[in-house]
Amino acid sequence: MSGAASVGPGLDARLAVPDRLDVALTAAPGEIVAVIGPNGAGKSTLVRALAGLVPATGHALLDGTDLLTLPVRERRVGLVFQDKMLFPHLTARANVAFGPRSRGVSRRTAEAAAQDWLDRLGIGDLAGRKPRQLSGGQAQRVAIARALAADPRLLLLDEPMAGLDVSVATALRLELARHLRDYDGVTLLVTHDAIDALTIATRVLVVDAGRVAQFGTPLEVAQQPATDHVARLVGLNVLRDGERFRAFSPTAVNVDLHEPDGSARNRWPGRIAAASPHGAALRLVVHAVGGQELIADVTPAAAAELGLVPGREVWLSVKETSVRSYVAAPT
Amino acid sequence: MTRDPLGRPPALLLLPAAIATLLLVVPLAAMVAATDWSGLADQLGSEQLREALRLSLVTSTAAMLVCLLLGLPLAWLLARVDFQGRGLLRALVTVPLVLPPVVAGVALRTAFGRTGVIGEPLLELTGFAFPFTVWGVVLAHVFVSMPFVVIAIEGALRSADKEYDAAAATLGASRWTAFRRVTVPLALPGILAGMVLGWARSLGEFGATITFNGNYPGTTQTMPTLIYVTRQSDQGAALAASLVMLGVSITVLLLLRDRWLGTP
Repeated sequence: MSGAASVGPGLDARLAVPDRLDVALTAAPGEIVAVIGPNGAGKSTLVRALAGLVPATGHALLDGTDLLTLPVRERRVGLVFQDKMLFPHLTARANVAFGPRSRGVSRRTAEAAAQDWLDRLGIGDLAGRKPRQLSGGQAQRVAIARALAADPRLLLLDEPMAGLDVSVATALRLELARHLRDYDGVTLLVTHDAIDALTIATRVLVVDAGRVAQFGTPLEVAQQPATDHVARLVGLNVLRDGERFRAFSPTAVNVDLHEPDGSARNRWPGRIAAASPHGAALRLVVHAVGGQELIADVTPAAAAELGLVPGREVWLSVKETSVRSYVAAPT
Repeated sequence: MTRDPLGRPPALLLLPAAIATLLLVVPLAAMVAATDWSGLADQLGSEQLREALRLSLVTSTAAMLVCLLLGLPLAWLLARVDFQGRGLLRALVTVPLVLPPVVAGVALRTAFGRTGVIGEPLLELTGFAFPFTVWGVVLAHVFVSMPFVVIAIEGALRSADKEYDAAAATLGASRWTAFRRVTVPLALPGILAGMVLGWARSLGEFGATITFNGNYPGTTQTMPTLIYVTRQSDQGAALAASLVMLGVSITVLLLLRDRWLGTP
C-alpha cells in the first residue's frame, strides 16, 4: 500500500446522525478498531452510517474517497450484520459468491472463490447447505466469508459473537483474529465483550451516548477507563473527580456492616443491588448513596458470615494506596 | 371434540356459525344434487361449453401473466420505495377491488371503446379495437384482477425483511440485482398465491367482461357468460357448466392449500 501525501490510506471519519451520533475516528490500513459502549450508545448506528444504511452528515474518507458521497453498493464496505442476514434461499456457497457475482464476476469464478473462502474459514464441507441447516457459529463464519469475499476496503462487524455459545465464540474469536491479521483494510468490530476488545483490537473506541468517550490502545482503555461502562467491562471501579479519574479493583474493596473506623477516606454507604459468582469470589454490585455504582469482590465465607445479600445496607471502603489516579487520555 | 379447559363454546356463537356454514354449503350441494348425471356427459361434450371453457382458461391465464408482469413492479414500488403520493397510488390501485364489475365495464368502454379516449386514436392508428375481441376479454380480466395481485404481492414483499435488500446492497448488488436474486425469491410463495388469486378472480369475471365485450361464442363468451345466457334456455347446460366451474375452483383451492398457504 503506497502512502499518498494529502489523502492517506485508511479511514478518517467524522460522522453525525441527528440525536444519535457525533463521532470522529481515524484508523490506518490493517488496524482493528473495537467499538464498545452500552446498549443504545450508537455503536450500530456508527457502522450502519459507514455502510450507508443510515443517512449521516460529515465525512468518511476511506483511502481518500469520501464514502458519504457514494451509494451503498459502491462503498466497498463489508458489513457483517448482527442477525447475519444470510440469504435463506441460497446455499452457503451462493451466499458467499453473491458479492463477486453482483460485481460481474462469472458464476464459475465467483463460486470457486466462495469455496476458497469457506475452506479458509474451515467450513468448506458445508458449502452446499442452506443457512437454516447451519449452527449459529457456522452461519456466522459464512457471514464473515461473504463480507470478505466482496473484497471490502472497510470491514464492519456488528457484534459477530453475539448469541453464540461461549465455546463457539471463543473458537470463532481466535479464527477471526487470525483472518483479520491478514486483512489489509480497516476493521471496525462492534462488541459487548471486553475480551474481544482487548485481544483482537489494535485500538478501542469507546462510544457513550453517541459521542466518543475514549479512543486508545486496549492497554490504555483497560488500565485507565474513562466510563463506568468500560470500567465494568474490564472489572474496575472508576470514580470521576473533575478531570481526573480514580480507579480501583473490586478485590481491594472492604465490605463492612458498620461505618469503618480508621483513616480510610474512601468510604461509601450503600445497598447491595446484586450478588453473583465471579471466579472463586462473590461479586457484589452496590448502589452507593449518591448514585455511584460500585463493585466489590468478597469471599463466599465472608459473604455468609456478614449476610451479604441483595437489599442489605453496607459500608464500602478502599485504601488510598489501592487507588490509581489518572487524567483521561485525550480523545 | 376434546374438552376445552376454557369451557364449552357458547350457543350464541355456535348457532350463527352453523347458519353461516349452511348458507355457504347448501346452495352448492343443491346444485350438485340437481345435476342430471345421465345427460352430463353430453352436456360436457358440447362444442359451446368446451369453447367457453377453453376461452376462460386461456384468457384467465393470459390476464394473470399480464398482472404479474405489470403488477409485481407496481407492488415492489408500493412496498419498497418511499415517494410522495404512495398512499394515494395504493388507494387508486385498490379502487377496482370495490368497484361493481359492471361499472368497470362501462369505464373500460369509455377508455378503450371505439370512441374512447385511448380506443379512438388506437383504432385510427392501427385499425384495432379492444371491445368484442379476445384481447378485450383479457383487458377486462386484467382490470379487475390487478388489484388482487398487487395487494397480495405487496403484502408478501412487505413481510419479507428489508434488511436482506440492505445486505445485498452492501455486497455491491444494484437494486435490480437485489430485486431479481433476493427480493423475488424470498417473496415467491406470496407472489404465487397472488397469481392464483388473480387467476381465480379472472376465471369468475362476468360483469366487466360482458359489459365491455358482449357475448360472442368463440371470441368473448367465457364460462360465466355462457352460464348466464344458457340459464334461461337450457337449465341442464347451465348446471353442467356450473359444475365444471365448481370443480376448477375446488382444484385451485386444494393446490393453494397444500403448496402455498401452508394451512393444514
